[in-house]
Amino acid sequence: MAASGKRPEHRGPPELFYDESEARKYTHNSRMIGIQSQMSERAVELLGLPEGRPCFLLDVGCGSGLSGDYISEEGHCWVGMDISPAMLDVAIEREVEGDLMLADMGQGIPFRPGTFDGCISISAVQWLCNADKKTHSPPKRLYRFFSTLYTALARGARAVLQLYPENAQQLELITTQAMKAGFAGGVVVDYPNSAKAKKFFLCLFVGPSAVLPKGLGTECSDEEPAQAKFVCERMRFKNAKGRSVKKSRDWVLEKKERRRRQGKEVRADTKYTGRKRRPHF
Amino acid sequence: MKLLTHNMLTSHVRPGGGFPLRIQATEVKVNNLDFNQEFTARMVPKVEWGALVEAAESLGHRSDLPSEPIPDYEKNEEFLRKVHHVLMEVEVMEGVLKCPDTGREFPITKGIPNMLLSEEET
Repeated sequence: MAASGKRPEHRGPPELFYDESEARKYTHNSRMIGIQSQMSERAVELLGLPEGRPCFLLDVGCGSGLSGDYISEEGHCWVGMDISPAMLDVAIEREVEGDLMLADMGQGIPFRPGTFDGCISISAVQWLCNADKKTHSPPKRLYRFFSTLYTALARGARAVLQLYPENAQQLELITTQAMKAGFAGGVVVDYPNSAKAKKFFLCLFVGPSAVLPKGLGTECSDEEPAQAKFVCERMRFKNAKGRSVKKSRDWVLEKKERRRRQGKEVRADTKYTGRKRRPHF
Repeated sequence: MKLLTHNMLTSHVRPGGGFPLRIQATEVKVNNLDFNQEFTARMVPKVEWGALVEAAESLGHRSDLPSEPIPDYEKNEEFLRKVHHVLMEVEVMEGVLKCPDTGREFPITKGIPNMLLSEEET
């Protein structure tokens, strides 16, 4: 995928990037197939589906259906959506068991409320961070994706989205929009200390929030500085933006606002709010 | 496209939510798929029954599916096999899905519905 060392998202829109020759790689290149199925396996594991119950799952960015194959093996039924016709053609050739659909996730998930018992997505969501057309707005498209996904999932269902964020801001943009859409959860990082094996899984819950699973290979990473600690945390929408400096005017205003929401008696905000009392002579 | 997927699919043209999409099929295929009793039983309460019967009727594959789900369907294998046939085995290969509200048409080619919207519709 990264033969030129450049990220595929930078080369063009996904429906053009995943053309016939790129799609071929997903049937012939055994290394790529291996990575894809490994990640699907882990994603399904993180879904935490009830043992021995066949479920109805959604695969966003299913491509040639490699992730779907694993779902079928586990005895579940799935529907896949992808924006690239060439990848879907390969999926038909491979005679995957799931149902396929040509759709753009940024335009929303066109399903009835409560349809799916879970959703997985392998290396797809980061594509939403790019504006490939003049009218595209990444935050809007992300929000539309997450809000329609939230409705399409049954209560108590999870969505596990494996993604390659380009940088911390991108990850924050994605999580912020997910939390805004009503999801609970956060990011699970597998093998945070490895440059190559490091994988990001965005685990989102609908309804009562469960405990976020632990990433693999994180046992010895306790003394890791800020970065690893930051990503393992459950991030709520408010905290995702970062807190203001203590004792600053913003901090005071935030605190007053919070008290107000709690129904406590709070003085009105004026120009004197948060101002220092300087000594007078 | 299986009728199970069709039953869950809505139109997402804004202001959206058109359901059920009308099927105008030109080619329908019937596959043989393994019967999974538990999965089929789980799908029965999720399915919008009226829409399923209507869709199956329009394709000519209703295969005496009752117009209401029968009580105690979990145990009734004969009934579940009929549901399985209609939900999973009947597949629309070529045709058009039409949104009942906006009249927008989504073409189906090689069994894949094209749900891509144009910029104005999003």
